Amino acid sequence: MRLSKNILIAGEAGQGLVTVGMLLAKALVRSGYEVFVTQGYESRIRGGHNTFAVRTGLGPIRAGIRDVDLLIALNQESISLHREELTENALVLVDAEHEDQGATRDADQEAKKDRALRVPFAELAPQKVFHNIVALGVAARLLGLPENVITDLVRETFAKKETDVVEKNVNVLQAATAWAAEHSATFQPLPEPPKPAKRMVLNGNQAVALGALAAGTRFCAFYPMTPATGVALTLGAAAKDFGLVVEQAEDEIAAINMAIGASYAGAPALVPTSGGGFALMTEGISLAGMTETPLVLVLGQRPGPATGLPTRTEQGDLNLALYAGHGEFPRAILTPGSIEECFRLTHTAVDMAERSQGPVIVMTDQYLADTIQAIPPFDLEMLAEPSRPARTCDEPHAYKRYAFTEDGVSPRLLPGTGEHLVVLDSDEHTEDGHITEDLAIRKRMVEKRLGKERKLREAALAPTYIGDEQSDLLLICWGSTLGPADEAAEILRKEGCNVGLLHFRQVWPLRPEQFLERLRQARETVCVEGNATGQFAGLLRKDVGFSVSRSILRYDGLPFTAADILRELNIETGRAQESHEAMER
Amino acid sequence: MTTIEDFGEFETAWCPGCGNFSILKALKKALADSGLAPHQVLLVSGIGQAAKTPHYLRCNVFNGLHGRALPAATGAKLANPGLHVFVESGDGCSYGEGGNHFLAALRRNVDITMLVHDNQIYGLTKGQASPTTLHGQATKAQPQGAPSQAFNPVTVAVAMQAGFVARGFAGKPDHLADLIRQAHAFPGFALVDILQPCVSFNKVNTFAWYTERVWDIPEDHDPADWSQAMTLARQFGDRIPIGVIRRDESRPTFESHFPVLQEGPLFGRTPDRAKLTQLMESYM
Ligand SMILES: Cc1ncc(C[n+]2csc(CCOP(=O)(O)OP(=O)(O)O)c2C)c(N)n1
Ligand code: SF4
Repeated sequence: MRLSKNILIAGEAGQGLVTVGMLLAKALVRSGYEVFVTQGYESRIRGGHNTFAVRTGLGPIRAGIRDVDLLIALNQESISLHREELTENALVLVDAEHEDQGATRDADQEAKKDRALRVPFAELAPQKVFHNIVALGVAARLLGLPENVITDLVRETFAKKETDVVEKNVNVLQAATAWAAEHSATFQPLPEPPKPAKRMVLNGNQAVALGALAAGTRFCAFYPMTPATGVALTLGAAAKDFGLVVEQAEDEIAAINMAIGASYAGAPALVPTSGGGFALMTEGISLAGMTETPLVLVLGQRPGPATGLPTRTEQGDLNLALYAGHGEFPRAILTPGSIEECFRLTHTAVDMAERSQGPVIVMTDQYLADTIQAIPPFDLEMLAEPSRPARTCDEPHAYKRYAFTEDGVSPRLLPGTGEHLVVLDSDEHTEDGHITEDLAIRKRMVEKRLGKERKLREAALAPTYIGDEQSDLLLICWGSTLGPADEAAEILRKEGCNVGLLHFRQVWPLRPEQFLERLRQARETVCVEGNATGQFAGLLRKDVGFSVSRSILRYDGLPFTAADILRELNIETGRAQESHEAMER
Repeated sequence: MTTIEDFGEFETAWCPGCGNFSILKALKKALADSGLAPHQVLLVSGIGQAAKTPHYLRCNVFNGLHGRALPAATGAKLANPGLHVFVESGDGCSYGEGGNHFLAALRRNVDITMLVHDNQIYGLTKGQASPTTLHGQATKAQPQGAPSQAFNPVTVAVAMQAGFVARGFAGKPDHLADLIRQAHAFPGFALVDILQPCVSFNKVNTFAWYTERVWDIPEDHDPADWSQAMTLARQFGDRIPIGVIRRDESRPTFESHFPVLQEGPLFGRTPDRAKLTQLMESYM
């Protein structure tokens, strides 16, 4: 029997499927199950086809899955679009009153296979706004969730509204649950969960924002762009309580220059954006490099070129991040693979930016930004206090912002905190920050700036390795591909293959001592990444001199699943294993 | 008390006779007259001849990218409202490359003093038309004459309800110093557009050309009256009014919208773990 079930809520934008989905996900987590939510949406506010997939069960669950066990079809199109994904014993919730010809036909077909459950939405909730809650009540009952968990959740969610609204919701919920109790026979509920522990239910963007707050970020400027906007919104909601300024700039160029200005004056600053916005920011990244100003950028990737597929996912901007900005200057690029890492690595990024006095880029993507998982509260005690600049110095009149030092890192002071003057320049400059065309100084300044890369390299986060000491097959990935690759590796291990997984949470600068031996030892190395040209495999070739045996690439706008990776591997290894059979553990 | 000498004396890279020299002199005088010490002052600039000004005086300097002085200055002012922030730049920098930021700054009303050395030409890149070059004026890059209508920054600023809008002239440094002092004292965004002869590349708008045309705004002008200010702002031709065109303190500063800034600068605050724990609980 499968240990996880995949519940797909599908419908049009504006039907409130995220609300039902979030309530369901939270109820599952509070009942003791794991969840992994993947969202799919189109670039429109109403209509279109949106999905909210909750994969749940007893853990570990590290990625989404295509197969659907319970389809909550909020409109008729949802059935025909997802029919192919339904498992043999899947159940489809449909509105009993769908009048549409197509819907009736689709529902009838499913009914023949005993897969359709016609829910009398109108009867259970006379007002259409409550149809959400009907779907929630029925689903919760089918899955076997405790009634009080879901009732409490609905009460909490609507607590801010009038009591009347709360009661109406609860009444509808109870009616739906009661109805489902009589009609749930065909669906097998989830296995008994362990005793639930308190866990947060949050997405990648929110985890990034929490990491920034924990590290003392005080300034965020942004120009809205999917999928990164959520980072700014989360910071904006926290701004008053946490003492930071969040400003929606007139464009991305303003956003990054504002952040650099703020950082210069002492506020740890962050700018979230996506590919197109990041492209506009590149001159500013170069400015942070030249002026040696700490700056954290969050690059939430989506498919390009240009506006691409605005709401889908891809890992196509690695080369952009590596080479963004003209001239030569050091940078670090961190690539979290999970919600937990979104938090931890953003915290690290703030500190790295400060220590290297320059830009640090945190790369996520739509998949990771919108993925929702249940994780234990972050251990704040474990976090190191990020480094911060001094505010005074012994000899203020002798202070030089760009003083030559052994390791290239100059003492950083803030303007206006003492008698010293802080002079910053985008032109080549002397130790005291003034424009110079002295070519000997130019050369030394270039070396000083590049010298800081050594520091970044020494502090590089080693890739995480999962597997036996020696592996026949080594899967290599970076960023959000971790979850699906990890799941695929584990399935193969259960089949008796010796599979290792190497996940890069930092892709620049690389420190070969940390992983080169492992690459060399593996019989076969397969790089799994969400782009069409194998950008990371290319980087390994160029920077480390190692060529992977092959790449598995996906670039249709959807995230990898373990099944995708297994399917591709089977072609090579000849293991005639049906991908979704492999999922049946 | 600070004096002009406190702001230092530097070697410059400007052409002899350039209007920038007297603007620099006026700026130093205004800073000293305002009683500011060098370390309290932050001069932010972009790129261009005008944008080199901050390097020619002792103070904190952020010499950033072409056209991007305003966003950088905004960020710095928000991070530390205690800094006295001045933006120094040219007409190409402020109204061309940074045009969108200029409009946004007028809307935001951050407490920044913006000084534009308006020489109606690109100086540093050797003589192309700028947004304020008069329509039809021939330049090296536009030999048939500048094809676009000139931008009138003062009219735009007044139209957008900027709180303080003035026009100065490099040929009248004492008058200019007083304008800069008033602009700095104004609580909110203050623009001083300064007529600045470029002796090398602008052979039309010379010292003589400006001197012939400028006239002091009469005492009876009421800068709080928007229509009067609009009428004056639109004058740029045979007669060019200099002085304070508009002054209105009724708009709140941008900074005042952020309650967190009432506690002072954004640096030196440690992350609040108790609040973070609470925030994490809200996700459960
Ligand atoms: C992004 C960018 N584009 C172009 C330039 C080249 N550039 C430097 S200064 C300048 C124009 C300067 O004109 P203005 O702002 O009027 O200043 P002035 O030199 O006349 O004082 C240009 C186009 C640059 N440095 N950066
Ligand atoms: S080119 Fe024009 S603006 Fe530049 S220094 Fe020479 S005279 Fe002044």
